[in-house]
Amino acid sequence: MPMLFDPFEHLQQFQRALDAFRASGWLGSGPSAGGAYPPLNIFRKGDDIVIIIEVPGVRKSDFDIKVERNTLRIAGSKTVEYGDKAAAHRRERLAGRFDRAITLPIEIDADKIKAECRDGILALYLPRAERDKPKSITVQ
Amino acid sequence: MAQSQALEVQEKKELVSKEEKTVPVRYFVPTTDIFETEDALTVVMEVPGVDREAVDISVENDVLRVEAKIDPSKYDGMEPLYTEYNVGHFARSFTLSNKIDQQQISAQLQDGVLTLTLKKVKEAIPRRIAIG
Repeated sequence: MPMLFDPFEHLQQFQRALDAFRASGWLGSGPSAGGAYPPLNIFRKGDDIVIIIEVPGVRKSDFDIKVERNTLRIAGSKTVEYGDKAAAHRRERLAGRFDRAITLPIEIDADKIKAECRDGILALYLPRAERDKPKSITVQ
Repeated sequence: MAQSQALEVQEKKELVSKEEKTVPVRYFVPTTDIFETEDALTVVMEVPGVDREAVDISVENDVLRVEAKIDPSKYDGMEPLYTEYNVGHFARSFTLSNKIDQQQISAQLQDGVLTLTLKKVKEAIPRRIAIG
């Protein structure tokens, strides 16, 4: 019997997977421990690392991203402005500067890093450094 | 203009609705600012990761309902290693007062921020009275 693709099931499983990795120790107990803004999700796609960050309202030009060996530094500012003639009924959005550094437990190829920012999502594609990739050993 | 609070992580609030859903997919409440100018009420919602076509805005029985869906297929082939936030659709509803002209609601989406402009009915726009 063919399996029907259920889009809700797909999202639900994905949400469960995300929850399962909340307590992940992958990033280690270094100074890059969570809690700082912006919150990020780190994924593995094949051999490479993909970091997805939600930054609604931050424009491409407001970012300052630097990489040094295996430490990634994401800085920038988020502006929320409504002009003088506006009377606020509800304020939930926060604004300000952010500066977060994360040290990855694997080596990345700094020259091949790609960053894309679209619809308030910053995606960083970090290819793993060649010399860091595990090599298969054939048994003679 | 009030001082903005310092930037800090806002844990995503999950939507708790009166009606139960048939599928246990989690919906989240988007962070919203509402402010009023002379001729309109503006509702600004943070919905990162949402495409223009995936936003559904409707008004029924004086209730404005906004539903913004994310595309989970963008995460295909990606295995989570370390996560700090969850991902899901956004939904939020507001009851509109009779000051709002329900026929004149416009929306814009940019950088994951959805701005809804709800124009007020002509009678609700304050008139200046000149001293003769």
